[in-house]
Amino acid sequence: MPGTVQSIERAAAILRMLAGGTGRLGLGEIARSLDLAKGTTHGILRTLQGVGFVEQDKASGHYQLGAALLHLGTSYLDINELRSRSINWADPLAARSGEAVRIGTVLEGRVLVVHHVFRPDDTFQTLDIGALLPLHATALGKVLLAYRSAGLPEELEQFTRRTVVERRELALALDEVRAAGWAAEIEELTLGQAAIAAPIRSHGGLVVGAIGISGLVERICDTRYRPHPRLVGYVREAARAVSRDLGAARH
Amino acid sequence: MTERYVIAIDQGTTSTRCIVFDRRGQLVSLAQQEHKQYFPRPGWVEHDAAEIWRNVERLAPLALSRAGITTDQVAAVGIANQRETTVLWDRRTGVPIGRAVVWQDTRTDALVNTLLGEPGAEEVQHRSGLPLATYFSGPRLHWILEHTPGLRERAERGEVLFGTMETWLIWNLTGGLHVTDVTNASRTMLLDVRTLQWSEQACEFFGVPRAMLPEVRPSVGVFGTATAAFPGVRIGAALGDQQAALFGQTCFTPGEAKCTYGTGSFLLLNTGTELVRSTHGLLTTVAYQLAGEPAQYALEGSIAITGSLVQWFRDQLELIATAPEIETLARTVSDNGGCYIVPAFSGLYAPHWRSEARGVIVGLTSYITKGHLARAVLEATAWQTREVVDAMNADSGLAMTTLKVDGGMTADNLLMQFIADVLDVPVVRPLASETVSLGAAYAAGLAVGHWPDLADLRHNWHRAAQWMPAMDPAVRDREYENWRRAVERTFDWIKPA
Repeated sequence: MPGTVQSIERAAAILRMLAGGTGRLGLGEIARSLDLAKGTTHGILRTLQGVGFVEQDKASGHYQLGAALLHLGTSYLDINELRSRSINWADPLAARSGEAVRIGTVLEGRVLVVHHVFRPDDTFQTLDIGALLPLHATALGKVLLAYRSAGLPEELEQFTRRTVVERRELALALDEVRAAGWAAEIEELTLGQAAIAAPIRSHGGLVVGAIGISGLVERICDTRYRPHPRLVGYVREAARAVSRDLGAARH
Repeated sequence: MTERYVIAIDQGTTSTRCIVFDRRGQLVSLAQQEHKQYFPRPGWVEHDAAEIWRNVERLAPLALSRAGITTDQVAAVGIANQRETTVLWDRRTGVPIGRAVVWQDTRTDALVNTLLGEPGAEEVQHRSGLPLATYFSGPRLHWILEHTPGLRERAERGEVLFGTMETWLIWNLTGGLHVTDVTNASRTMLLDVRTLQWSEQACEFFGVPRAMLPEVRPSVGVFGTATAAFPGVRIGAALGDQQAALFGQTCFTPGEAKCTYGTGSFLLLNTGTELVRSTHGLLTTVAYQLAGEPAQYALEGSIAITGSLVQWFRDQLELIATAPEIETLARTVSDNGGCYIVPAFSGLYAPHWRSEARGVIVGLTSYITKGHLARAVLEATAWQTREVVDAMNADSGLAMTTLKVDGGMTADNLLMQFIADVLDVPVVRPLASETVSLGAAYAAGLAVGHWPDLADLRHNWHRAAQWMPAMDPAVRDREYENWRRAVERTFDWIKPA
């Protein structure tokens, strides 16, 4: 049997205590009850607080279970929080790439667009925040499929002749996404359009969304019909910047 | 050739930020630090100026290292700051005297009432372009001088210096230069907004010794070279945060306006070199001044409580965990359920200027959920904007055709759509929502020739998002009528002592 990780066992014990208690508990109480040093206990509590599993009352300094625990399994991160935290990095991505930027997350087997920055050419464009896109035929969706346990959609709809509709082929494509750390979509949803996306990570590397650019295939791709490495670099850089702000360590 | 950058110091009400911008005006790195808010009594708000300066010193190397650059790659540094906040310090030691009294502080309540009845009050208001209110530095400075034994004598001897935040920062950055810029000076009530000189009459009215006031400089032009935080880098500009946002939105032409949604919200309309006096409760203020050129003026509609209402909802009512979650909660219902919140926490600013007003929640029934309250919180920001836009239109005789917005609350999609709906004009967000910092960077870069002219800056402005009005006019009219009735219920709450 592989060795257990002591600090995780202790964290679990603290959570059980907080869940079983009548309300908020002080640092001293928790440390005494588990026979741990105050410093160790404080370190674990701070970490649990950082991921939202524990909350500290400002007035008393006492601890209680955090709101994130209640939402375990429903949503990793509030979508409006995700937009708010990524807005400063989505703008520079649009400026550098010259393309429209979208941020997406999974909602009921589709990509939910939670943020949209116009292509910076001042032409008329319409905000499509709230729009739902297919997972298998978008770069955002492929990133979300590759990194989230959601599983493949029941039916893979064909949008163009390049749409990947074979399950095996899609699984291979997702392997490639994981290996590369980014995804592309070239004329798979709409003819003449292409996109690049990369994962947004939160604490512990958890993927909470995807950020990407999309535009005319001749601008996104080079003469070999492959995404411009320069654009891929911008997208991955923006994804890393948002992730850093969300508390992910370097990936 | 190595790329050169411009740095903005954004010294705000709740935090200080150092932001590095590239040649295209895009954010390269950001370092931020909140500072402590002191609330020693109800209505009092204070900051520790020494803490704020320490934060700047700590953030400077952090912003540089996150951008991967050194000070020799920095063309200039610009300052944008919370306005009207009043700092006093000892000229010899540089140590602050007491805490800085913040713009939201209402301790001068009674004093302002007394001053309003004194001879010369009319003239002070006319010369400064501002109504006598607790919001501005003049009454605050008078209060501090009155309540600190021996302070006025020391100030008269030139031992004590006054400044708003940019003055304090420049003093520390340069090791002793005592200057302000016209935009910040125009918020003190001590400046003659036409001549751009300290007004002898106002100084006398507020009992402020001339010796403690900084030298007034144009906003855009080299103030000096930093010896601390960014040693060797020229300080190219200083502007009040709202004027900086106007600059960052490149509203350089008369008729152009922006609204910044932060703690409070501030709508500024460029009126060019013409000084427009409002008859509808707006302020006359300096927009900016380029060195060697005449000042550009603006009409301003100041709203005290917008983002801070969301903070109150989060921290005091604890109905949400983070500010953006207000939108999630508001979307659990389809309308306000007949509930309205008027956040007259420190009275109402533009266009009412009622210091005796206090906040109300009206229309409560057993039907109301926290979702409705969340809606009412967001709608309050939109309706307050509508009141200010109506005043702008009335003063300028022109109807605003689009509203340029920026600030943290522009991330709230529901709110932006609602603003477009209640104003019945498109609402546009530029490709940089950090326009306060960007404006300070633009102004500083312009001063040292990093950018050639205003036209060049305009090329950097792009539309990042646009919300189109989609509300039934009958609904809009009905809701506005309800809002106005709710506002009336805030009046005359605080009784004269």
